[in-house]
Amino acid sequence: MSSNPTGGPTAGTPVGGRSSTHYVAPLDETPLVSVDAVKVAEKRSNLWIDAWQDVRRRPMFWISAALILVVALVALFPGLFTQTPPNNNCILGNSNGGPADGHPLGFTKQGCDIYSRIVHGTSTSLSVGFIVIVLTSTLGILFGAFAGFYGGWVDAVLSRLGDIFFSIPYILAAVVIMSVLSQYRSVWSISLAIGIFAWPSTARVLRSEILRVKNADFVMASTALGLSRFKILLKHVLPNSIAPVIVITTISLAGAIVAEASLSFLGVGLGSNIMSWGNDINQAQNDLRTAPQTLILPSIALSVTVFAFISLGEVVRDALDPKARALR
Amino acid sequence: MSEPLSPNAAVKPLLEIKNLQVGFQTQNGLVPAVNGIDITLMPGQTLAIVGESGSGKSTTAHAIINLLPGSGRITGGEVLFEGRDLTRLNEKQLEEVRGRMIGFVPQDPMANLNPVWSIGFQVEEAIRANGIATGKEVKQHAIRVLKEAGLADADKRLRQFPHQFSGGMRQRVLIGMGLSSRPKLLIADEPTSALDVTVQRVILDHLATLTREIGTAVLFITHDLGLAAERAEQLVVMYKGKVVESGPSREILENPIHPYTQRLVAAAPSLASRRIQSSNRNLTDLGYSAPRAAEGLDLVEAAEARAGKQAATTSAGGPAIKVDALTKIYRIRGAKRDARDFKAVDDVSFTVERGTTMALVGESGSGKSTVAKLLLRLEDASSGTIAIGGTDTAALRGRTLLDLRRTMQPVFQDPYGSLDPLRNIGNTIAEPLQVHRVGDRASRRARVDELLDQVALPSALATRYPNELSGGQRQRVAIARALALKPEIVILDEAVSALDVLVQAQILRLLADLQAELGLTYLFITHDLAVVRVIADHVCVMQRGKIVESSTVDKVFNNPQQDYTRELLNAIPGANLKLGV
Amino acid sequence: MTGYIFRRILQAIPVFLGTTFLIYFMVFAMPGDPIVALFGDKTPNPAVVAQLRAQYHLDQPFIVQYLIYLGGIFRGDFGLSFSGEPVTAILARTFPVTARLAILALLFETFFGILVGLVSGLRKGKLFDASSLAVSLILISLPIFVIAFVGQYVFGVWLGWARTTVSSGAPLQDLILPALVLASVSFAQIVRLTRASVIETSGLDFVRTAYSKGLSSRRVIPVHILRNSLIPVVTYLATDFGVLLVGATITEGIFNVPGVGNTLYQAIIRGEGPTVVSFVTVMVLIYLVVNILVDLFYGLLDPRIRYVK
Repeated sequence: MSSNPTGGPTAGTPVGGRSSTHYVAPLDETPLVSVDAVKVAEKRSNLWIDAWQDVRRRPMFWISAALILVVALVALFPGLFTQTPPNNNCILGNSNGGPADGHPLGFTKQGCDIYSRIVHGTSTSLSVGFIVIVLTSTLGILFGAFAGFYGGWVDAVLSRLGDIFFSIPYILAAVVIMSVLSQYRSVWSISLAIGIFAWPSTARVLRSEILRVKNADFVMASTALGLSRFKILLKHVLPNSIAPVIVITTISLAGAIVAEASLSFLGVGLGSNIMSWGNDINQAQNDLRTAPQTLILPSIALSVTVFAFISLGEVVRDALDPKARALR
Repeated sequence: MSEPLSPNAAVKPLLEIKNLQVGFQTQNGLVPAVNGIDITLMPGQTLAIVGESGSGKSTTAHAIINLLPGSGRITGGEVLFEGRDLTRLNEKQLEEVRGRMIGFVPQDPMANLNPVWSIGFQVEEAIRANGIATGKEVKQHAIRVLKEAGLADADKRLRQFPHQFSGGMRQRVLIGMGLSSRPKLLIADEPTSALDVTVQRVILDHLATLTREIGTAVLFITHDLGLAAERAEQLVVMYKGKVVESGPSREILENPIHPYTQRLVAAAPSLASRRIQSSNRNLTDLGYSAPRAAEGLDLVEAAEARAGKQAATTSAGGPAIKVDALTKIYRIRGAKRDARDFKAVDDVSFTVERGTTMALVGESGSGKSTVAKLLLRLEDASSGTIAIGGTDTAALRGRTLLDLRRTMQPVFQDPYGSLDPLRNIGNTIAEPLQVHRVGDRASRRARVDELLDQVALPSALATRYPNELSGGQRQRVAIARALALKPEIVILDEAVSALDVLVQAQILRLLADLQAELGLTYLFITHDLAVVRVIADHVCVMQRGKIVESSTVDKVFNNPQQDYTRELLNAIPGANLKLGV
Repeated sequence: MTGYIFRRILQAIPVFLGTTFLIYFMVFAMPGDPIVALFGDKTPNPAVVAQLRAQYHLDQPFIVQYLIYLGGIFRGDFGLSFSGEPVTAILARTFPVTARLAILALLFETFFGILVGLVSGLRKGKLFDASSLAVSLILISLPIFVIAFVGQYVFGVWLGWARTTVSSGAPLQDLILPALVLASVSFAQIVRLTRASVIETSGLDFVRTAYSKGLSSRRVIPVHILRNSLIPVVTYLATDFGVLLVGATITEGIFNVPGVGNTLYQAIIRGEGPTVVSFVTVMVLIYLVVNILVDLFYGLLDPRIRYVK
């Protein structure tokens, strides 16, 4: 065989016929690179860095983030957005009236300023949302982490407990609790009523993620190093399992806001002295034919807020879950 | 069919791939995977495409019958099958070709049968689609097809589901389906790489017999050069989406011309063990000269260097590891609440001398990895003793257990799971030092740099994360982590099995160098007997939890005592090749 | 399969005990007089109060109360409503209506949800896919009472296509609008889930193998892709049934459908505590039973579950 590996005149040309002869490609066509060469890339990359790179390129992220920012500003500083008090100064003569000077969205049945009521209802929705997710993520992480990581009877007991709470739809459970607590209706009690039955989904998500992570070789390597079980859970397993919890927590925040509005709409939520979009929708429902705006406007505020959190959750899921990323 | 066809014969090629180009659409535009390749396959011939992962070999196979995944498409060239360009066919015409004229046997038998349909259903639908039989004959035909593929009790198992079949059985089903309509060409994409070597051998033998009888040409895709050379008369070597060398198998193996092919030949464990074997001499006096341009990747050379150093430093002191009558029993809870005992490790005894390498070889389920877990005290033994450096490990608790962990560290198989993806490389390597409270922050950082240097990685990687690294580089980091505490013993549980051959050769070389430099004792657990030939001094062959044969590597290879060992040796791809060194 | 059914029912027992206990605990372990608390600021009929006290055996220790209550559930005795009518009598009257509404809604959401999700998944990234993703995201963000009012306003008031409230006897044509409203949120979820599942399944190896056997898309899509994609959708339907029950309560209330949900709705807004507790218990039991049924169906869909070794 006389072919020249460095790409001389004979290289690249089959010797003799085409079908069965020894063919060698010229070397310059596919130059060899050294085996497994290390390329130190310009940018660092891990799950969170990559997720941020991904998220910042998506318009949906900025839209939902901006919406959430606005909603949060309104909730924290309602005074910046309106000077009209939501409850007093209501003049029955303005009942279901259209927009007027200083009252851009018109009046409710009681003659209160709709715009001001929407602005002041924001903090209620967000407060309930945040208290509920603090509750569900705390309980969910505790239950899910211990059940998934320790397995055995710990898992059996904790998971069965979760199943029980999961088997009562949390809005129905909250209806019962709020019916009993009719004397104590506040942002705190309603959040508790929702959160106490909403945590099992978080626990389930975390548990299955931990079951996946805990069998990874790096966990075994840390055990072989002598790191204690609990430290392994805290340092290696939990950080690698937390991403889906963040996603489901963002989406549960939206769910909690809907739950509060639904309960208030049903009349077992917050007292009429507390500003709540659900209450206002409830008050307005009989005037659907005559004054639809009294119902539609707080509904829009509610839906946009819910939309902002759900779409943020979706964008974050797309960024954190490689499987979800493949769906785009 | 063993002689290459003469080019001037009147026979027309069955398959002619001309300047085929395939690309994948990504966010950063079209990424080419196959860059203009030419392959010719004659009727009845067997041709193997060999390459590493990412070489474009599987993409080529899929492109022929236009089954590229979603984002892939053929961007140029022709695929002429009996003179007809398959790339220009519409979907309807392609359906006529697939199955009926070109059969396909996929890679992973576990993933290639639909889990929700019975085996019979899936074979019958192939038979119906290709119009081989109709009505009641379909079932009869399905049974015949499966029996041909080697499922003797096919008639009874037709209604069973894939999860009730073993991997080898599933692969037989897939082969049966691929050949059900007597196609002129069978594309076999790594058909046995997910199976145990002995099963692999039986199935490939069977496939060869069947295709010879039917007269089907086979396009065989594999990463294993030894396997390719053994199974095909023609070889095509692919690298970076190009064909770098092609021709008769024997000729390419004996006279590789392209430097990439030379690398592959030098680094393939199956060929290396074959070459050592052919010389019929001990490693120390082999006097082997490597093929050109092998860049330190030559396994025979590496093995020889290792053996030389080993002979020079004979061990002193007692054995590093002494395992006596080790047994591990698992309780398996079956259906209907019955529990039965399963002996994963059954009365295993062996010793490993200081500074040597003991290989523990076995197929899946042989209990070899359980032995590793018991040694590392990741699980407790049911009975028997393990002594590390003379100390019985069973009683160790707290502080003393921590000391044991310091002297013995593992490296595991999965390069993608062996490192915590959220910790940077520096922290990963420093973790053992932190856990064992060795040194301060500055000295740990210095030690990390030193360790990175030992495994030939730049210290700039210390602040980087695992997903920036390749599989081989990750295994290097895992080795560095294992070495951080200056252990005496390293347990390598399939540590190189998931790597491409060239990377594997590189890591094997690194392990040998580290052993010589640091006087390490290795317990090398693997399913690959070929690798054992180049890395180990002693070998224990495990089967169903028991050690069936235990001796020096030379003795086991030259004069195996047990049938099972012989079977394993014969199953090393390329075992039947006669190679002169 | 019988073993699987048996195991599944066995697993449901502790959950059943747990849920009934929890509901009972929430109501009757609260400080103060639970009967008074349940009636809130309403003035109850003293005769009903007396009956309730007798029904719940409040003079007994708590655990005995619960066991007596549990025994009642087993005999099909859910006690009396606020007005003194046996809960079972109300159920007999209202359940068929709710079943009709729920089945209609389930048919809408699964049929259109799977259809749209399938088309969306097969045409990933195309216009149809993008719009179905956008529409479903918006639908998910709308609370069900908002959808109900919008539906009532648009189809009832504005276009005049449907009645805003259901006439007596709840004829099927009147139930279409409430069923569509009830189906909307789950429809959107099913679209997204089916789409994700179809995309994932299409990329699996056995689908490529199916094509390599010479099968046409007309065979591979329903038999291999869709069939396997249904498994997660069915799992979702089980957990989603709770959302459906809550949705039914609100939808039936708004459209005045004379069903179980409406009874609960009316009891909630009138503050009739004992009726609320009874009907929530009934709904939770329905939810548990449906979950078992769905799991059994799941076993039929996935042979790996059926033949657990």
